[in-house]
Amino acid sequence: MQRMTREQMAARVAQDIPEGAYVNLGIGVPTLVANFLPADREIVLQSENGILGMGPAPAEAETDWDLINAGKQPVTLLAGGAFFHHGDSFAMMRGSHIDICVLGAFQVSVTGDLANWHTGAPGAIPAVGGAMDLAVGAKQVFVMMDLMTKTGESKLVPICSYPLTGIGCVTRLYTDVAIFELGPQGADVIEMHGGLSLAELEAMTGVPLRSRLPA
Amino acid sequence: MIDKRYESAREALHDVFDGASIMISGFGDAGVPHELVDALVDQGATDLTVISNNAGGGEIGIAALMKMKRVRKVICSFPRMAASHHFEERYRAGEVELELVPQGNLACRIQAAGAGLGAVFTPTGYGTLLSEGKETREIDGRMYVLEYPIKADFALIKGLAGDRWGNLIYRKAARNFGPIMAMAAATTIAQVSDIVELGHLDPEAIVTPGIFVKRVVRLTPAASAISA
Repeated sequence: MQRMTREQMAARVAQDIPEGAYVNLGIGVPTLVANFLPADREIVLQSENGILGMGPAPAEAETDWDLINAGKQPVTLLAGGAFFHHGDSFAMMRGSHIDICVLGAFQVSVTGDLANWHTGAPGAIPAVGGAMDLAVGAKQVFVMMDLMTKTGESKLVPICSYPLTGIGCVTRLYTDVAIFELGPQGADVIEMHGGLSLAELEAMTGVPLRSRLPA
Repeated sequence: MIDKRYESAREALHDVFDGASIMISGFGDAGVPHELVDALVDQGATDLTVISNNAGGGEIGIAALMKMKRVRKVICSFPRMAASHHFEERYRAGEVELELVPQGNLACRIQAAGAGLGAVFTPTGYGTLLSEGKETREIDGRMYVLEYPIKADFALIKGLAGDRWGNLIYRKAARNFGPIMAMAAATTIAQVSDIVELGHLDPEAIVTPGIFVKRVVRLTPAASAISA
């Protein structure tokens, strides 16, 4: 079976971000999506620390540590961009002004529950940042992650065992082997890569799946 | 004449008392009033409650206060970061209390304090560990969690420029928590790179009006804060 690389997943997510969208890309792998946004679409990236119209990393000589993204990496500001304080930044999320956010996850349930902030392991220092605000606030929450853990367990699950970030918030799940739409009805498969059958995908994940694959 | 200018960080922090709650602006390195926090380390107040997005990293600033066991409680969204070992040590030893707050709830609870609201209902955190035991309510078909304001005795914030009335402008993403913390503390102390004459800040561009600021002190940020 052929699995998508992270770059291929990022490119696939980028295809689904429409012209004019206001988008927040989470820390880590979702950040890669910025590299694949189609050049002919005007898409505005938001950063939780108070930036709209965030541009790519600067040349090293132009690094400005007052201009960083949520992952604390230096970025640039595009023409038309704006700065604002944290109250406004999180009002953009909570108030459903952000069209799409793309997040990573430890686990996602078939009904769209998200677990991505805390393993709950004893002794782990909990840290949440803006994850819960994005999860409940953005109009659409896309998750991108490998479908399976390194030890072979499905990260798409009937019910999350890790502490939740938000309930029923994930609308679409992009993985290295398939794309799912999630909701109260459960998980619908809308795209598959690598030549798996639906039955094989069900066997891998151990969750009931419905096909909405193009005939 | 209203004159909120202070000559030094030491003088601006003279009345910080043991047991005080202190907001400190910043996200990552941007907007952290490093020089004011250094002065707080020297000033000596202890048994502090620190309200900030992060819980300090490295050896200076909040991390130095942690190391010296002068922080009783931290209210923040993201205590775990590169080199946050002093926080982690105190936390694991049970020597510092952590109130972990989703970043947007941190912001809106600070705003609620600044705006004189009794509480806010927020959707963030509903059904998670971070809302356990809290009052909830369904409003218009959606579930919300009751969260109370976070106020402070002092706020230490960083602006780009200010004037003697305490009007402030900020620099890029270093604005972050500054404007909302300024509103939520009994005494807000702003460090700025420049103090200008009254009228020199464009009134259309002033982000924090001086009413929210008690003290302004000109301090030159370390070179690392703004690279060439």
